[in-house]
Amino acid sequence: MKRFRRHGQESQRDRLKQELFQFNKTVEHGFPHQPSALGYSPSLQLLAIGTRSGAIKLYGAPGVEFMGLHDENAAVTQVHFMPHQVELVTLLDDNSLHMWTLRGHKGLSELLEIGRFTLTGPPGAPPSVTRVTAVLAHTSGELLLLGTEGGHVFIVEVPGFRELEERNISLDQVAASVPDDYIGRRNLEHVEALQENPINPNQVVIGYGRGLMVIWDLEKRCAIQHIPATQQLESVWWTEDGSYILSSHSDGSYCRWMVGGEDVNDEEEKSDIPYGHFPCKAISKIIQLPTEEGPPFLLFSGGMPRASYGDRHCITVIHSKTHVALDFTSRIIDFFVIRDGLQHTGDPSALVVLVEEELVVIDLQTDCWPVIQTPYLVPLHSSAITCSHHVSAIPLKLWERVIAAGELQNTHYSKKPWPITGGQNLAPDPPQRDLLLTGHEDGTVHFWDASGVCLYPLYKLSTAGVFHTDADPNDNMNQGAEGEWPPFRKVGCFDPYSDDPRLGIQKIHLCKYSGYLTVAGTAGQILVLELNDEAAEQTVEAKVVDLLQGQEGFRWKGHTRLDVREEPVLFPPGFQPFALVQCQPPAVVTALTLHSEWKLVAFGTSHGFGLYDYQQKNTVLIKCTLNPSDQLAMEGPLSRVKSIKKSLRQSFRRIRRSRVSLRKHHVNNTAKVLQEANARLEAELAEMELAPVQRKIEARSSDDSFTGLVRTLYFADTFLSDSSHNTPSLWAGTNGGCVFAYMLRLPPVEHRADEPVTAQPAKEIQLMHRAPVVGIVVLDGHGAPLPEPLEVAHDLARSPDMQGSHQLLVISEEQFKVFTLPKVSAKMKLKLTAVDGSRVRRVGVAWFCSSRTEDYGESGLVVLTNQGDVHVVSLPHVKMQVQYPCIRREDVSGIASCVFTKHGQGFYLISPSEFERFSLSTCYLVEPRCLVEAPLHSGSSSQQSAARRVMEHALLNDESEYSRERE
Amino acid sequence: MNKNHRVQSSRSLSAVEVKSKFGAEFRRFSLDRSKPGRFDEFYGLLQHVHRIPNVELLVGYADVHGDLLPINNDDNYHKAISTASPLLRLFLQRKEEADYTAFGTDSLTRKKNTVLSAVLLRPDTNRKKPPVIISLPRDFRPVSSIIDVDILPETHRRVRLYKHGQEKPLGFYIRDGSSVRVTAQGLEKLPGIFISRMVPGGLAESTGLLAVNDEVLEVNGIEVAGKSLDQVTDMMIANSHNLIITVKPANQRNNVVRSGGGGAASGSSGRSSDSGASYYGYSSQAAAASMPTHIIQNFPVDELESDDEDLVIEAGGEAEPIRRAPSNYSMPSLPRYEPHLNLRTATTSVSASALSINANGTLPTSGSSGSLSNTNATSTTSSPDRAMERRSLEEDGTVITL
Repeated sequence: MKRFRRHGQESQRDRLKQELFQFNKTVEHGFPHQPSALGYSPSLQLLAIGTRSGAIKLYGAPGVEFMGLHDENAAVTQVHFMPHQVELVTLLDDNSLHMWTLRGHKGLSELLEIGRFTLTGPPGAPPSVTRVTAVLAHTSGELLLLGTEGGHVFIVEVPGFRELEERNISLDQVAASVPDDYIGRRNLEHVEALQENPINPNQVVIGYGRGLMVIWDLEKRCAIQHIPATQQLESVWWTEDGSYILSSHSDGSYCRWMVGGEDVNDEEEKSDIPYGHFPCKAISKIIQLPTEEGPPFLLFSGGMPRASYGDRHCITVIHSKTHVALDFTSRIIDFFVIRDGLQHTGDPSALVVLVEEELVVIDLQTDCWPVIQTPYLVPLHSSAITCSHHVSAIPLKLWERVIAAGELQNTHYSKKPWPITGGQNLAPDPPQRDLLLTGHEDGTVHFWDASGVCLYPLYKLSTAGVFHTDADPNDNMNQGAEGEWPPFRKVGCFDPYSDDPRLGIQKIHLCKYSGYLTVAGTAGQILVLELNDEAAEQTVEAKVVDLLQGQEGFRWKGHTRLDVREEPVLFPPGFQPFALVQCQPPAVVTALTLHSEWKLVAFGTSHGFGLYDYQQKNTVLIKCTLNPSDQLAMEGPLSRVKSIKKSLRQSFRRIRRSRVSLRKHHVNNTAKVLQEANARLEAELAEMELAPVQRKIEARSSDDSFTGLVRTLYFADTFLSDSSHNTPSLWAGTNGGCVFAYMLRLPPVEHRADEPVTAQPAKEIQLMHRAPVVGIVVLDGHGAPLPEPLEVAHDLARSPDMQGSHQLLVISEEQFKVFTLPKVSAKMKLKLTAVDGSRVRRVGVAWFCSSRTEDYGESGLVVLTNQGDVHVVSLPHVKMQVQYPCIRREDVSGIASCVFTKHGQGFYLISPSEFERFSLSTCYLVEPRCLVEAPLHSGSSSQQSAARRVMEHALLNDESEYSRERE
Repeated sequence: MNKNHRVQSSRSLSAVEVKSKFGAEFRRFSLDRSKPGRFDEFYGLLQHVHRIPNVELLVGYADVHGDLLPINNDDNYHKAISTASPLLRLFLQRKEEADYTAFGTDSLTRKKNTVLSAVLLRPDTNRKKPPVIISLPRDFRPVSSIIDVDILPETHRRVRLYKHGQEKPLGFYIRDGSSVRVTAQGLEKLPGIFISRMVPGGLAESTGLLAVNDEVLEVNGIEVAGKSLDQVTDMMIANSHNLIITVKPANQRNNVVRSGGGGAASGSSGRSSDSGASYYGYSSQAAAASMPTHIIQNFPVDELESDDEDLVIEAGGEAEPIRRAPSNYSMPSLPRYEPHLNLRTATTSVSASALSINANGTLPTSGSSGSLSNTNATSTTSSPDRAMERRSLEEDGTVITL
């Protein structure tokens, strides 16, 4: 009987687990890593980006996002939307074509791959014959023209990818009609460009690499006109009225050609090398767009003078007398222009440029062409991300103040709304306001709105102003000097060059109730900041804290402390620093926490930890955790770096030596020496393969290096000395498996400013297994984690149970252990490493709600292991609940970057510029839910297909209404 | 500590005759075999009868084989009393001039009484060089054992390495490899974890129970199949204080041979033809012969759960190991370390299914109970308790007091 009953309970728990936990990767934030192709559909108002890893991402209005991944691990080289349809075609590096569609499903659209196709040439033909170099999606929406390396144009019917062999335009057909004096001398080379006549869809221009352009009539299947350009062709543009063709060339020139009916040997009408005189780089793409009144816009990328500005990434925009060379900080992938009007044929309104590291949108209708702030695809890595911190459920007041501070920073952005507006965002409004704070290498902290699908930048804080740095603050300002040619203008925010790596932010802690923020950096600096709505000029006093406390035999070989500006500094509205602690030795800060109610900040480095009273601006406690035998920590990080450097140098030397010796012998007896070298290389290779990967099995000893490194700091109001009086306490955990507890005595509130805060050592726990302590949590009498400071005061959390006995949960990399308090004795534990060999990398406390019954919820520990798995561990019984694979084991930086929210979600970096968002909760799920409807096309395509689309549209609407009713 | 040792019926005489020699002096007295008392009482008695109250002593006795064995705790004291037949011959030495080399485990191979004569004839100072003292361990306790011989296939070997209190590194490396297994579909090549290297002088090497190219099958009862090298490494390190690894030895010739349930003692004694492992093979048989009890004590996985206790220091107080909350046994006070003795013990024993090797053990002179517990057949039951006490010993030096 008993067994049966227990079984029943088990299954009940299993059911509950299903209601509480589920794992989903929901959305990718940030900018795609290594974008390789850009596409745009004016009719859908959707933007598509293909990446080198084979992903395809679609973006419309903020919140409208789709993502697809090609099965092939090949780069996407081209993306083309089928005009007036919801399909798009991608061309991959491996010469395969893929058809994607946005299909309605339960009222939402989803991106689906519906077909794939690879051109097959005649038997025996070289692969270059079918290697696709140019793609034209015909406005009929039913044809795809594929230009190849061999110079042929294949015509394929879509969406079925049926080859229309009889309509193919072979190189021979074209060559036959080309004047002999052109064709006789040289090969036409590959098809570089295909363009359709905007006023006559039956005419296409085929541009060959050698320069020849041929206007081809698809109906009559014959060449109408030849344009004999003599320079290597880069791109072709057919003006909107159909009367001119622009061609851009590899020598930095562009030409304009009249499209005439009869005259076969039309002269080029106008040729220009815009940045000429000296040799120029190629103009890779050129666009000309008319305006209602006045001169057209001419836009082209590249064309810079090779010698002086060959390294710039520029797009030139010329409109009547205005001529600007937009200077980007990374390579240009592609660009397009958005046009006004219902049919998207009006004046150009915005230029959208995809560069390697960001997406820049420029407002072409406002004077000076300001940049429009992007609501998504924001480069997270404008400076490399060094840490992140998530704060859930921000009070409205703080939220508004942060936004207000951010708006003052964004005055240089255009006021125009975001011009890409395709699709409808059907996701419900986020239930709460969440902030994600990212710390960067250049000393800035970015505040992101992480409530919804779009990770939107709110505010940017720079800490560099507090310190003297080598860089001249006006470094980036002295541009656009009068009369400079080309007329450069810097655009974009991607700036990977940090002035001083010591400025890098390592730890962040924000108190959402009080608006106090503390950030700590690479050179042992800890800043305490306060939110101020007004600009203020103030001096930040530095307090140097010696963490060594007289420890002997120490020599710090790392970087020096940052120089603090002694004169008052003007801080803009927003978070303004008012206190600064500098650790000595200036090692990187490894743990940081803030208690805004007690007005204390605790910080730790590899040498020890300290407690700072930011009201009285003095240090309360300094504790050195160094182990005298810990040589590595003593000397600083350099010694390790040196050894890597040394080994690198050695290996390079070895390579060079072998090359030199190779060359030396080469003169005498080439064949023999080559053989010898090969044999040696093979032997070396064999040796490398034979030497297996070995792992040493050794018990941890107390003199392992970095045992003193402080991994975690925690404030708690709990029972430290006796079970009847709770006191404030500070807890610190080290890399050597040691936990220090200090009892804090705070003066009464009325004397808080003048009486000192004191800290007394209360307990020290040495974990037997000596694994690094990565987390400390105190659980109240109900087994629930203690609330954050001020949380209870703001009525946002139940006050903790102070009657029952508190428990201490120590999370090491290997075990979860619960101890009783105030007398510390082991109560429960969960061994992680001893059982499955994984180690805790990241841990957080989260609240999980049941998806079925609203009033049930429980706290749990969310754990990320070095295997990349996420676990949920129950509290207070430390039992493993669920386990999901999340990050690849090899992705060390992804695992290191992971941050958990208080509601069971998490973020980790999938590339330097992208956060993946995941959720372990059934209730808190932020994922894109959006609908894209097929445009009602009134153009020249067949009536039947339009009717079909109307039907589909109606069906979609029905479905969405139905689902709404049901909800 | 479990003290219920077996008293042989053939030696049921109630009194044990004791002849104690210190220097040139002899003392004779008797002890009650059934109530021998504790070692420290006995030690006091010896100091009393020899009238040397302030001399630190090293107590040795001659066992049935003529080996000189130490008496330094309750267990070996009881053992000495219980096996005395009928005379118990004691040899006392001043600790500062003690000749550690006289003790030995392998004395069976020598001529009987050579050891004794070595002690009896006081060695003069310019004697020829004493044998190399291998190490200076501080505790006398098991360092490794083969366990669960009766439940494992003969091709496998489950080895327990006791790392605690040992200065010696565990000292081995593991690597990835592939092993061929017989499955229903025939032979199949599967990834496996193998021992790739032994550190000379390491614990793993010194046991002789592990060798290069042995395949690791389990770590502390958890199968390693499907786990990565790094995972297995972490598992081993996490369990390093009490590591139990099940291996499939590359050399299958030295496997433990199980006889078909004949003599109880031979049921689990390792018989080895390998020269490197021979000394314990022989001595274990000898020890087993004197211990007819047979208690099967298979290694339970959860036994390990109780064995790592953290150390907590209260402000102003002394360090104490953290006890499990519901535990009710009392803590022994922290014993002091005494100068180490270095001797190889002859009491290598087989406790039923466990074959334990006390390599290079030493004798703590203070009464840390149970350091040599495995002289008793029932030793394994008390191991968590013992492990904890040991821990309290070794932790003393490493924690910085507040």
